[in-house]
Amino acid sequence: MNKYTERIYNGIVKENPVFIMMLGMCPALAVTTSVTNAIGMGASTIAVLVISNIVISLVRNIIPDEVRLPAFIVIVASFVTVVQLIMQAYFVAINDALGVYIPLIVVNCIILGRAEAYASKNGPIESAMDGIGMGLGFTIGIMAIAFFRELFGAGTLCGVQVMPSFYKPIDLLVKAPGAFLILGLIVMFMNAMKIQTRANDLVDGGCEGSCATCAVADKANCDKKEAKA
Amino acid sequence: MSGNTSLFMIIIGAALVNNVVLSQFLGICSFLGVSNKIKTSASLGGAVIFVITIASAVANLLYTFILEPLGLDYLQTIVFIIVIAALVQVVEMFLKKTSPALYTALGIYLPLITTNCAVLGVALNNVSDGYNFIESVISGFGTGVGYTIAIVLLAGIREKMEGNDIPAPIKGAPLVLFTATLMGMAFFGFSTLS
Repeated sequence: MNKYTERIYNGIVKENPVFIMMLGMCPALAVTTSVTNAIGMGASTIAVLVISNIVISLVRNIIPDEVRLPAFIVIVASFVTVVQLIMQAYFVAINDALGVYIPLIVVNCIILGRAEAYASKNGPIESAMDGIGMGLGFTIGIMAIAFFRELFGAGTLCGVQVMPSFYKPIDLLVKAPGAFLILGLIVMFMNAMKIQTRANDLVDGGCEGSCATCAVADKANCDKKEAKA
Repeated sequence: MSGNTSLFMIIIGAALVNNVVLSQFLGICSFLGVSNKIKTSASLGGAVIFVITIASAVANLLYTFILEPLGLDYLQTIVFIIVIAALVQVVEMFLKKTSPALYTALGIYLPLITTNCAVLGVALNNVSDGYNFIESVISGFGTGVGYTIAIVLLAGIREKMEGNDIPAPIKGAPLVLFTATLMGMAFFGFSTLS
């Protein structure tokens, strides 16, 4: 595995933002009522994450250290606005379904976290691969949540009826509390599997607050893993 | 009279019916991350109410008097996030000068409010709901109160559960998520109010 595919593996499996790092929880819980919404949100997030990672990596030596976080936020916000305008023009249905969560990609912990923890220290190609890996990890994570919520909560997948007609959908799962329940169950099963293999530490906490600490927590986690390896 | 009722409905709606955390999923990061002690959650809640109320007011003024007349409303996301970041900085300096006790109590949580999506979310929602200045401030305040209610309740439950014997796979994040599920179901009852 070379260093580029390593970044993608890292984003999807080792440091999966949804299930391992517990980052970007707002969209992961809010837009996962259907698989279609999850794909739309995942694609928008990948676009913003990859482009902002590349740009931040390119300007990393120009921006003074003291103002780097505000500068990152402005860069990310600009690309989010671009993505939002494209969505409004070409993907009206998905844009309406995702609503305020498209502009809220700006404050998605994953994006600022990767900017701070990876793109501000590495070259543009590595940063792009890191963005693709993390973005795919996020997309797969929210698609998994959406899969269970839509399948058991509405009996459909991507809006197509898949459950037999005698199946009575569990309405709760597509309502707000169902999001917490499904994510909790998935993380619980992953923990149970990890305890069996004893390969890794348990998932704990989530990020202590928000992006700035996410980035720090991210780094601490990386250091811990490197020390172990 | 009708004006008062609608303002009352906005605050009840923002704080309970459409609870920002439990039904709109905004500010989840800090809700899950900073909810292990009642005291710190309450301080964070206070800071969020403060920032969210002022941010709603400033965002509304900027949108009505600058962005909309100039036809620049597509820039709202960028402008609002800069305003929020600057505002948090100002609030931090102001508190440091005037009330050092509160400043130390809030500590690290104050700067982190910038990236709390509840703040940006409310500012954007106020615009899309077409709220005027007073309605925006009231909805911002109500949202902050709703956030505080949710995080303090969760912290209270987590403190109670601290000594319990919990199966290993559920420890940590899953336990918090299951607690939030039950809280979400309870808050779901408020939706009949609207």
